[in-house]
Amino acid sequence: MSFDIDITLQRGDRLIAAAFSVPAGITALFGPSGAGKTSILQAAAGLLKPQRGRIIAGDVVLFDSATKTNLPPEHRACGYVFQDIRLFPHKRVRDNLLYGWQLASEERRWMALEEATDFLGIAHLLDRMPRTLSGGEAQRVAIGRALLSGPRYLLMDEPLSSLDVARRGEIMIVIERIRDELGLPILYVTHDREEVRRLADQVVEVGVG
Amino acid sequence: MGGLSADEWGIVALSLKVGVVAVIAAMPLAFGFAYLLARGRFPGKVLLDAVVHLPLVVPPVVTGWLLLLAFGPNGPAGRFFENLFGITFMFRWTGAALAAAVMALPLMVRAIRLSIEAVDRRLEATARTLGAGPWRTFLTITLPLAMPGILAGAVLGFARSIGEFGATITFVSNIPGETQTLPLAIYAALQLPGGDAYVLRLALVSVLLSLAALVASEALARRAGYGKGGHVL
Repeated sequence: MSFDIDITLQRGDRLIAAAFSVPAGITALFGPSGAGKTSILQAAAGLLKPQRGRIIAGDVVLFDSATKTNLPPEHRACGYVFQDIRLFPHKRVRDNLLYGWQLASEERRWMALEEATDFLGIAHLLDRMPRTLSGGEAQRVAIGRALLSGPRYLLMDEPLSSLDVARRGEIMIVIERIRDELGLPILYVTHDREEVRRLADQVVEVGVG
Repeated sequence: MGGLSADEWGIVALSLKVGVVAVIAAMPLAFGFAYLLARGRFPGKVLLDAVVHLPLVVPPVVTGWLLLLAFGPNGPAGRFFENLFGITFMFRWTGAALAAAVMALPLMVRAIRLSIEAVDRRLEATARTLGAGPWRTFLTITLPLAMPGILAGAVLGFARSIGEFGATITFVSNIPGETQTLPLAIYAALQLPGGDAYVLRLALVSVLLSLAALVASEALARRAGYGKGGHVL
């Protein structure tokens, strides 16, 4: 599956332009803070509407200003892993994990709860409330929640930045396994060269324009 | 509490009925206004905000008189409700509940609005990316997260309702067994000589009910996490 993105985004009084076409694997969107990397991810997820352009994932047109196509986020089948994690605070880990899974149709699910909890090593956390989790545990749950929603691709926004150094290595291994064992395409936002070097199959430089 | 007579229990029961019905009737409207004011962007929002809060600052006797004009037998709203649902308000307990609902509305809107504003919109966006449409997101994320504030608003509205005096006595008069709630019964007793013990008992019940409601609403508001103080008033 490939990504084909060519968009112009208005953020406040700034214009962010991005145009790239990449194959599957992990694509790092690399650049300094404030360059608009997160905005590009949000546009891919349908949380931000570009001024113009198009976003195509595989053979599905997610957005095209020319044909006025704009799939709502719930129909895009993207798994979004946020920088600030965003577990639902009123639901237990189990219900967080199953939130997207229950909404996905039978044929869109490609992972069961037990597979996900084994894969991520979070089976012992199922009955906990999110506020009792450590940063690394919470981020693994958030990744599991995204995987269980039956995504066709993952959008990861600096998933390591809210973690301490020890936890970073742990999550990085999880991300490598998602790429190698699950074969899921990932758009990966970071401003860290080390992450790019270790994880990325291809790099898209996002500059301050 | 065993010291209350059957008549006095009747007054307490009527007050509770008026309070509960007022809160139930006001809740959909209060939630709608609160949501609009918390999330809406439309011209006239400042004006709507002011109008919703009017019963808080207008003399209650004026509110009662306006209710009389609108919901009396010849008022447009009064005729509408009588023809459509067979509900009349004049000199009825339903009128007392209506007056209480109008007076409670601003407090309920305030509490609910704060709780909706406190809901993290990023969590709603997260739910959307996980496959939930706008309605499901509202029902599974927004509403549960705002629920402590909604309950706090309901309890606060209830407390305001059972304390309502001015608009009620103006609109539906002071009829024992029909519109005579706790404050109206206390007022009536004060007009007669030798009713001190009676007044004291009813006043005590009033204070206890209000206190319980306030404590409950503050506790709920703290759970909703309106900042450190957790005050809805």
